[in-house]
Amino acid sequence: MSATPFHLLWLLGAPLALGLLAWVRPPRHSGLVLLVGLPLPLVAVWLLLGLEKGPMAGRLALGPLMLHWRFDGLAALLLLLTQLLLLASALYATDYARATRLGRHAYAGLWPLLGGLALGLGLIWIAADLLLLYAGLELMGLCAVGLMLLPGSNAALSAGLRYLLFALVGSLAWLLGIALLLGAGGRLDLAGLAALTEPEPVIRIALALLTSGLLLKAAIFPLHSWLAPVHGSAWTPVSAIHGALVVKAAFFILLLLWRALLPKAIAGAWALGALGSLAVLWGGLQAARAAGLKQLVAWSTVGQLGYLMLAFPLLAGTGADVATMAWQATWLQLGGHALAKAALFMAAGNLVLATGADRLTALTGTSRRLPLAWMTFGLAAVTLMGLPPSAGFTAKWLWLQAALTAGQWPWVVVLALGTLLSAIYVFRVLRCAFVETGPEGDPEPALKPALKPEPGLGPALKQEPRPKPELKPGPELKPGPKPELKPGPKPAPELRPASGQKPALEPRRPPLGMELVALALALAALALGLAAAWPLALLPAVASPPAGVR
Amino acid sequence: MSALLPLATLASSLLTAVVIFLLPELAVRTRTALNLAAALIKLVLVIGMAWGLTRGQVYAFELPVVEGLSMVLQVDALGLTFAGLSSLLWLFTTIYAIGYLEGSPNRRRFFGFFSLCVASTLGISLAGNLFTLLIFYELLTLSTYPLVAHRGTPQALAAATVYLRYTLSAGLALMIGLVALQVLAGDLRFGQREVLAALGAEHEAVLVALFWLLLLGFGVKAALVPLHGWLPRAMVAPAPVSALLHAVAVVKAGAFGIIRLVYDVYGIGFSAALGLLDGLVLIACVTIVYGSLRALTQQELKPRLAFSTVSQVSYIVLGIGLFGPLGTIAALAHLLHQGLMKVTLFFCAGNYAEELGIHRIDELDGVGRRMPLSSLAFTIGALGMIGMPPVVGFISKWMLGMGAVQAERPWVIAVLVASTLLNAAYFLPILNRLWFRPGPGQGIGAWPAARAPSRLETSAWLLLPALATALLSLLAGMFAGLPFSPLQWATRVVDQTYLAL
Repeated sequence: MSATPFHLLWLLGAPLALGLLAWVRPPRHSGLVLLVGLPLPLVAVWLLLGLEKGPMAGRLALGPLMLHWRFDGLAALLLLLTQLLLLASALYATDYARATRLGRHAYAGLWPLLGGLALGLGLIWIAADLLLLYAGLELMGLCAVGLMLLPGSNAALSAGLRYLLFALVGSLAWLLGIALLLGAGGRLDLAGLAALTEPEPVIRIALALLTSGLLLKAAIFPLHSWLAPVHGSAWTPVSAIHGALVVKAAFFILLLLWRALLPKAIAGAWALGALGSLAVLWGGLQAARAAGLKQLVAWSTVGQLGYLMLAFPLLAGTGADVATMAWQATWLQLGGHALAKAALFMAAGNLVLATGADRLTALTGTSRRLPLAWMTFGLAAVTLMGLPPSAGFTAKWLWLQAALTAGQWPWVVVLALGTLLSAIYVFRVLRCAFVETGPEGDPEPALKPALKPEPGLGPALKQEPRPKPELKPGPELKPGPKPELKPGPKPAPELRPASGQKPALEPRRPPLGMELVALALALAALALGLAAAWPLALLPAVASPPAGVR
Repeated sequence: MSALLPLATLASSLLTAVVIFLLPELAVRTRTALNLAAALIKLVLVIGMAWGLTRGQVYAFELPVVEGLSMVLQVDALGLTFAGLSSLLWLFTTIYAIGYLEGSPNRRRFFGFFSLCVASTLGISLAGNLFTLLIFYELLTLSTYPLVAHRGTPQALAAATVYLRYTLSAGLALMIGLVALQVLAGDLRFGQREVLAALGAEHEAVLVALFWLLLLGFGVKAALVPLHGWLPRAMVAPAPVSALLHAVAVVKAGAFGIIRLVYDVYGIGFSAALGLLDGLVLIACVTIVYGSLRALTQQELKPRLAFSTVSQVSYIVLGIGLFGPLGTIAALAHLLHQGLMKVTLFFCAGNYAEELGIHRIDELDGVGRRMPLSSLAFTIGALGMIGMPPVVGFISKWMLGMGAVQAERPWVIAVLVASTLLNAAYFLPILNRLWFRPGPGQGIGAWPAARAPSRLETSAWLLLPALATALLSLLAGMFAGLPFSPLQWATRVVDQTYLAL
């Protein structure tokens, strides 16, 4: 039996169907989720292996509309990654719901939204025209907003609505761009658009609109300010899937578009590379001074997405060898970071759950209680820092090699600085694992340091580069440049348990299932670094036309 | 061709680390048994590989990571030198660490990372190309950080941060340099010594620049001046970790990297032709003298030993820089000798601190009476460091001097003499205090924090490793002419290297 478009359709639809089913009867045990969900990644693997005969492609007429799709090695790999991460997130969520006593309705709402997210992502991976991409992007974006709103707290509502606003602005820009393209060329499939040999000014304007919309959705500097606040208040499994996949989907579309329509736009590609570089530096700096653990992880996403943007200058107008290395590095980094970021969010979530507070200083003295969560955090952080053996390391090696071969020196500096910055913020967290005297023995662990720094905390505080933010994280959560984004009522409920709407989470031990899911993802990110040859062999060659139809 | 043995050797420590992490904190006996068994198995496996190698067996393993880049494990005589040293000292350090950490918290974490650390060291010694070396080199950084930070005090955390600052920057320099070499010459396997020399004159300037960049990467771990700042600060770590940093793994990994760089990547002839060796000799001499001078001014025992390491490890670099077989033999032999002597000294320093609470040198008065065996071991180590026959240190210095003569750099002998005098100046006062100054042992004053006297002068776990390594450094010096002594093994390696040249 060989893979057919029917199987692909099944794989796209199954998560949504399962999600709707789970909406009616939310699963209580992760064993059930594993049993039902495991076939999905397996089918994705089977589809991937079935691709040896060549990519599938086709079109689908919906009345007057013609939708184009193609399914090549890259799409199959990304689909596999999506299914794996969704399964991990779903497994985590069932235990998370019990451990944090999520509201019944909110928890039930998680499932169809996750399913919709899976469908949106799947559509994006296989889309070969702008209309289908739009459909996927919107579905994904709306589901993501819905997921962010699920906690129902003030903080989640304000951050989620801001996210919605940004997403809508991005969509508007995207729609305008599509309209212009349709008017100029009369068609929307990527292969057809790529055949328009001379980019007219209209097309350039259209692409600029599309690009800015996507940059906004991918949280690329300087349009990243919505990212950190949403993660501060979202549920951990949602943060994990969002940081791992949703923002990367927008990057994927951006790369697809530029490769198809502007393969020779070197100045533009360098501009995107420069934005990425600024993202690496700014994200790293913000992560290095973030007061809360989830904030730190979210800011690190901003920085790591910046690395991906280096693909543009290294792919545009460079030789075949450079382009191949940059191409492989990009997807390796994307996959490795997706796994590691999901693991990192989950590990951070476990730590927050177990300490009852999100601040870094609350983490001291917990390593004996939470060895597994710390180990997972450390392992995932290895990928983030790009240290061996990990996918991040192999990707960084390839990027360095591509940059040096092409003589594009600035990116070497960016990669070096990014590595050091990521090491700084990662070890800011990890060093807490070694402090034995934590605030945990304290009757009111969260309140005490705000009143007076206790002696045991003194040295730890003194060595922080900026001790102040730790005591009042409120203004610190605001992502720098945009004052109107100031999350006024925003939260850190754990700092003011008396006045906040919801009491501080009581410290508890995270269930083993949550720890194991995170650990498995972190180990996968490490293994991907050494076993990179297999997925990279399945990637379509960089020279092949990105929109495979005809 | 067999891939099994090198992989099994690597796995013996790697799997131990995993199992130790999985064991509960209180499973002390299981953990101890596991640690000792793994250390023994590894030693046996390394000896087995050495035996196979002398009979012409080829051990290699290759895993393609991306196109044109592979992770390669291969066993050669040079790599086995380092592997043998680290496996042997590992056994003693493990025994020592079990005794040293008895009853202290977080032993699971400690021994887990301890095993990871030895796995990385072994990976470094078995690496077959620079890429693989880099992987394990960085892994070594990551696995030693938790050991340095182990105690969790502000000082320990600060020292660990400094350690990271140095080593991660160095790792970055190394990575960029290696990628640049890869761009120039492809995936270089150790032993392909002609590739870089054949690149042609137009690449020489780049190659020289890359050499110094890579030396920066290796020099930090080898604690070359001015890249040594992390080593004395890391003294706050527990004594077994100091032994690890100074004798078994970390500084040795740096020195070993430099050896690989000069002999197996650039080739000794090409390095000399590019004028790289002169710079290396100069850096080594500055480090030797500077380290000794700083050691002289230290008032505490462990920092004095730390600066002594800075100085002594550069003997290895000096031997590499002396273009000639004798210098190379001296370098390799000293790699082994310094390990034996320094690990003895740190074991003893740890014993003094554990048993009597002694950290400062002026507290050592009369310790020889209270702890005669430890002090005997310390004396052997210290005399060896000074270069007194028949301890192995003498062999190192003698061979280095001969190498200097052979390389026609007689002024290096002056550096050696100066260093020897300085070594004597900072070690002999300690020996004097140990044996000849009256102290609390004779009823004058009191130890800072003495334990109740036991049947042995201190726990057997602590005493026996120190005695064993002291004995080994004595034997290795007395029987330097026998086959399989460090000197003879080094000669054998160098014969192969130079014949291949």
